[in-house]
Amino acid sequence: MDMQTLYLLVPLAPLVGAIAAGLFGKVLGRAWSHRITIALVGVSFAVSVVIFQDVMGGHIFNGSVYKWMSSGSTTFEVGFLIDRLTVMMMLVVTFVSLMVHIYTIGYMEEDPGYQRFFSYISLFTFSMLMLVMANNFMQLFFGWEAVGLVSYLLIGFWYTRPTAIYANLKAFLVNRVGDFGFLLGICLVLMVFGTLDYQSVFANAHNYVNDMAPIPGMSVGLLTAICILLFIGAMGKSAQFPLHVWLPDSMEGPTPISALIHAATMVTAGIFMVARMSPLFELSETALSFVMVIGAITALFMGFLGIIQNDIKRVVAYSTLSQLGYMTVALGASAYSVAVFHLMTHAFFKALLFLAAGSVIIAMHHDQDIRNMGGLRKYMRWTWITSLIGTLALIGTPLFSGFYSKDSIIEAVALSHLPGSGFAYFAVVAGVFVTAFYSFRMYFLVFHGEERFGKDHHDHQGDHADEETSHDHHHGLKPGQKPHETSWVVTLPLILLAIPSMFIGYITIEPMLYGDYFLDSIYIAEGHHAMAELREEFHGAFGMALHALTTLPFWFALAGAVSAWFFYLKRPDIPEAIKQKLSFIYTVLEQKYYFDRFNDWFFAGGARGVSGLLWKFGDVKLIDGFFVNGSAKVVGMFSGVLRGLQTGYVYHYAFWMIIGVSALLTVRTWFE
Amino acid sequence: MNYLASLSPIYAEMFLLVMVCAILIVDLFIVNYTKTVTYLLTQTSLFCTVLILLFTHQPGAAHLFNDMFVHDVMSYVLKVFICLAVMAMLLYSRSYLLVRGLFTGEFLALVMFATLGMMVMTSASNFLTLYLGLELLALSLYAMVALQRDSAIATESAMKYFILGAMASGFLLYGMSMLYGATGSLDINRIADVIQHGTPNKSLLVFGLVFIVAGLAFKLGAVPFHMWVPDVYHGAPTAVTMFIGTAPKLAAFAFVMRILVEALQPLMIHWSGMLMILAVLSMAVGNITAIAQTNLKRMFAYSTIAHMGFLLLGVLSGTIEGYGSAMFYAMVYVLMSLGGFGMIMLLSREGFEADTLNDFKGLNQRSPWLAFMMLLLMFSMAGVPPTVGFYAKFSVLNAALDAGHLTLVVMAVLFSLIGAFYYLRIVKLMYFDAPESHEKIYIQPDSSLLVSLNGMAILLLGIFPNTLMSVCFVSVQQSLLQ
Repeated sequence: MDMQTLYLLVPLAPLVGAIAAGLFGKVLGRAWSHRITIALVGVSFAVSVVIFQDVMGGHIFNGSVYKWMSSGSTTFEVGFLIDRLTVMMMLVVTFVSLMVHIYTIGYMEEDPGYQRFFSYISLFTFSMLMLVMANNFMQLFFGWEAVGLVSYLLIGFWYTRPTAIYANLKAFLVNRVGDFGFLLGICLVLMVFGTLDYQSVFANAHNYVNDMAPIPGMSVGLLTAICILLFIGAMGKSAQFPLHVWLPDSMEGPTPISALIHAATMVTAGIFMVARMSPLFELSETALSFVMVIGAITALFMGFLGIIQNDIKRVVAYSTLSQLGYMTVALGASAYSVAVFHLMTHAFFKALLFLAAGSVIIAMHHDQDIRNMGGLRKYMRWTWITSLIGTLALIGTPLFSGFYSKDSIIEAVALSHLPGSGFAYFAVVAGVFVTAFYSFRMYFLVFHGEERFGKDHHDHQGDHADEETSHDHHHGLKPGQKPHETSWVVTLPLILLAIPSMFIGYITIEPMLYGDYFLDSIYIAEGHHAMAELREEFHGAFGMALHALTTLPFWFALAGAVSAWFFYLKRPDIPEAIKQKLSFIYTVLEQKYYFDRFNDWFFAGGARGVSGLLWKFGDVKLIDGFFVNGSAKVVGMFSGVLRGLQTGYVYHYAFWMIIGVSALLTVRTWFE
Repeated sequence: MNYLASLSPIYAEMFLLVMVCAILIVDLFIVNYTKTVTYLLTQTSLFCTVLILLFTHQPGAAHLFNDMFVHDVMSYVLKVFICLAVMAMLLYSRSYLLVRGLFTGEFLALVMFATLGMMVMTSASNFLTLYLGLELLALSLYAMVALQRDSAIATESAMKYFILGAMASGFLLYGMSMLYGATGSLDINRIADVIQHGTPNKSLLVFGLVFIVAGLAFKLGAVPFHMWVPDVYHGAPTAVTMFIGTAPKLAAFAFVMRILVEALQPLMIHWSGMLMILAVLSMAVGNITAIAQTNLKRMFAYSTIAHMGFLLLGVLSGTIEGYGSAMFYAMVYVLMSLGGFGMIMLLSREGFEADTLNDFKGLNQRSPWLAFMMLLLMFSMAGVPPTVGFYAKFSVLNAALDAGHLTLVVMAVLFSLIGAFYYLRIVKLMYFDAPESHEKIYIQPDSSLLVSLNGMAILLLGIFPNTLMSVCFVSVQQSLLQ
């Protein structure tokens, strides 16, 4: 089979699966639905491996496969750009997707929407593959919107729950803000470059370095404007401050989807996109600086929020936000390969953490409150071990995959000289402590300590009103009931994900960061030497781990883990005391810095106010009242008047005829 | 024998005249009140007239009786369509008139005389023949409106029609006499020749022209000579209204062409200015007043006025495209009117006229097919694609635009936008309102077949308008070349 057919096969196989399970799910039944979709995603993964080998052999493909339409000189095409960056993303997406597909068999076992769920996750896989394989902005946008759509559908998967509907609407609207910026960016690209093809845009970008953006009243560099607009799209999709608000709520969706979409793949689309656009971003230091600061804010402040969460999925969600912030900081520091590297390692360990959390949730009979858990280590061996591995990877324990990527980010930021890099460095280093603290807090509360399950539940106390509603689905364990390990379809993906979580960093750091893996995919401008300096300091993966023991981040991580142990296992009374004493800070964190409140009040309320005004005044009064009904009324009035002229008297009629003749005569004789 | 052969262009009219006289006599011996024999005889003679027209037609124009009579492509096409329209009208109205006891031999004879008058009008090449045809038509129509002797409203409207019609004829004759005074001739070609090359009294000519235009405007029903239209349309039996509203409009178009275009082409700058006023006023008054009507026949009357405005728009463009599109418009208008009045008659029964808007409420529930046909008719009248009404309006507007009448075109579009309201209101009543009566609709198979053909023709001609369009263009072109 020639390579082009294989390229097509990768996205189309999951699409076929999605159609089969979605439209013919009833006919196929549950078992065949998951068999077909899993087999097809499996095909997709296998083909990706073949393509990976081909690309490693030096074969890069960039071409169109289908011309959709052309308008003037602009053509809209479906095309693939298959290089090392793409193929890495393809591997991550298809592998994690495959794991999630298998895991879903166990997790969604009792759900009536079983086939629909498989259809959605296959459709998501298709969309994400279209996004990463694109060779032009049009297809990128298609994939971008398609993953947004599937995300919307999946967050609201349990569509009878009001909270799920609220969450999916919120996700959709917040993403709309980001997508609007993204679309404007694409429009600007089309306007300036006259094409949507990556290759020609990148090749010509340097000609526009000194141009100004055509924004009236503002003097912004053209490329800066394009990059910031595109990045606004990434902020929406990758949940960067201040467009992060949708991600925690997206936990309303079923856990497999949290793992697949809201941790491992879709949210990384923004990171991938910026890395893909490196030839553009590299030409604008302002944009890079902006990216870095946004990333730093997200990395640190979202981590704080993870500390006070009690919903197991939300802790992981905030951790995801924070890690996405790390990736963004790396992008800002021109360390694109590091960002993508962290994207990959994160995909594995975060999917692992989510699926492990899901496994715990199954065992707890859909109770998600970590205050009701504890001591699960004894009952769930596999989940416990894999969770520990995931947590260690997340906090950046040397030799684990997360360590290599996160440490490289911190190093890269230290070497960056852009405005804002000082703050970013502080944020990412402090973030290490925070990450370790909340990760181990959750780990200890779930797997160690006193067994709190089977007792009265926390979730009916008033202190977590906003999470309360999300709990109506779960039942919790009955008194005396013990949790037990979940079935093999759940634990197998955990084990398969734990392996790369441990080793993938150690194996791949050298070729990915310091080899020439991304040579053709990522462009770094002359002045940005963070990567070059990193390369000089690098002396092998093992050496890096040894060296880390003497650096600040390692001790921070250790401190975080130890303090979590101290506070939550040794002296659980202290956090309570702190909570009492520092109730102000606690409330601010509890309210997520009042972002939701503000958005609800300002944007949602404001939009409702403005639209109410437009509706009542603009639409009802002005358009309907004045223009539509008003003109109709005027016509109606004339109509009545003219009708009145038809008096029915024949001498009136004759009189009108005389008037007509006289008028015509007058006009003809006078005006000649 | 040679003389008889040379009369071949007028065979159709001769045949029709003979048949009218024969029918008048035959009818005396028919006591059966359904008048089946007379009816069939009438239809057959009309059909034979069409056949004779088809077989005697020769390319080019034939002049007869010292240029009193001309048979050219335009008159040939119009005559065929007039006869077909009259046949369709008879088919539609038979059961309606039978129920009301109006289906008499006189009615049929009057229809035939009127048809003969129209045919003479379309072939007239002299003011005398023109007037002869016109009065033959008009007198028959006056009598037909008054056919329902016991109805106060019918006799009243007949009276109005007669008085105003007499006045209009007076205008027309006065105008013709002035043209005669200025040019010394009644012959259309001769008049054109004199105006072109001679030195006629200009002010006398323009004076005459004003009166002629006023007379024409009355026949067409253009504002402000339109006052008779709503009253007559409303007062006359629906079958007669249908007759007035259909074939005579084709004759009136021929009339306009013969006088304004063939005889007075050199005065075009004058008459097109007058027609502009008439056209705009007609479109405005017609469309706006129609909104206030609750009676469907009155509404159609105002809609006719508006349609005549459109027709004038084509004529005043003064180009072959303009005349051709006006002719196309007239034909399409006849087709739509036939369907519209036919629908009213289909839904009516003894003691019930079905001519108010409320009678059409919920028609879809009672008879979806008829409702759909009515929908097509209304869409076509409003000018909604893909019905033929759209192309009729489109080609007229196109011609006017090419002739540089941008303001007129904008106004025409605005007024037809207003007009769309009352056409679409019928559609709304049929499809979205509850019916007022659930009485079963009983329809004659022949008229229901005809209404289906009518609706389908409107749709099909809308999709394939080119054949009819080119027939119109060719006939106008050929006639004006002589």
